[in-house]
Amino acid sequence: MGDMSDNVNVEDIKIAVLRIEGTNCEDETVRALRNLGVFAEAVHLKQFYSDMIKEKEKRNMKDYSGIVFPGGFSAGDYVRAGAIFSARVKSVLREDLEEFIRQGYPVLGICNGFQILVELGALPGFDEDKPLAETPEMVLAINNSNRFECRQSLLKHENRGKCIFTKDLGVKVVMYPVAHAEGKVTFPSTAEGVYIDRLVENDQIVFRYVDDKGSYAGYPWNPNGSVYNIAGICNIKGNVFGLMPHPERAFFSWNHLDYPNKTALDEYGDGKIIFQSMIDYIRRL
Amino acid sequence: MIADVYIELKEGVTDPEGEATKKALKLLGFNNVKSVSTRKVFRIEIDENDKEKAEEEIRQMCEKLLANPVIQKYRINWIS
Repeated sequence: MGDMSDNVNVEDIKIAVLRIEGTNCEDETVRALRNLGVFAEAVHLKQFYSDMIKEKEKRNMKDYSGIVFPGGFSAGDYVRAGAIFSARVKSVLREDLEEFIRQGYPVLGICNGFQILVELGALPGFDEDKPLAETPEMVLAINNSNRFECRQSLLKHENRGKCIFTKDLGVKVVMYPVAHAEGKVTFPSTAEGVYIDRLVENDQIVFRYVDDKGSYAGYPWNPNGSVYNIAGICNIKGNVFGLMPHPERAFFSWNHLDYPNKTALDEYGDGKIIFQSMIDYIRRL
Repeated sequence: MIADVYIELKEGVTDPEGEATKKALKLLGFNNVKSVSTRKVFRIEIDENDKEKAEEEIRQMCEKLLANPVIQKYRINWIS
């Protein structure tokens, strides 16, 4: 971390939103980031490694200071949601991504992006020296309802300061929409309690589903049956964060259901803080 | 050689797809249905004549992509 006077200019910050076939939230994610003044672009995974593409399309992960795995249905959700995207990253970019995370650069996974980070072993991410675990330690399983759950969800922010994406949020309930069929946070059944204790102790729990009174509740408030009502977690270092709900779909005030009543005077909605905190963190890196 | 690789949920893991199917079958009048569970099958043709080596390779495939060990297990059934 540099001194505040070493701050990089926001327009010099480059963030890559990774896509492959089937991702479909890259545009709104890029738009959210650009709105906050950084240079953000959707980068196809192949632009990082293929020799079959034009020179001017080639990209290097090292030129970016932040990465987002966006929502969507990468590779058609075949095998398991996120499994194929993750296998491709592991086969060609494993070391680059591990180094990226080890150096403290922020990595965000939204919805399908969260599923990818889980399949990559980047989350729960207990080992700081080995940011991608050898095998996945959790899974985002099929929703208990066996349905695609698509609606607003209420999330209580519970992180005590580790997650760099929510540092300035405080104890607060935000509203982001969910849209997924595979979002149930599941740990190995024999060690579920151990995992949750560890996540709580390490301050890796970020968001939990709550009802309109702010209390932990079952379906439909918890849309998928996630254990401990978990909606989002970060790794041990706090620089890798995955969540099922979509902050980019609550970025502007007009994204909110109650617009224009409650939030008419604000340009932004509840989702802005995630992207703003990511950028503020990069500026201080 | 050709193998069918079955990816199944581990004991005790909820199977919402199986449960929903069971409910629908009951609604259709199949009252004898006691349980329904789902599995996924990949038929893999592999260029290898040594069965032991082929099996080892398929195990690797399961561990690296086909199954998530947190909730899934796999089983190999040789077709030829």
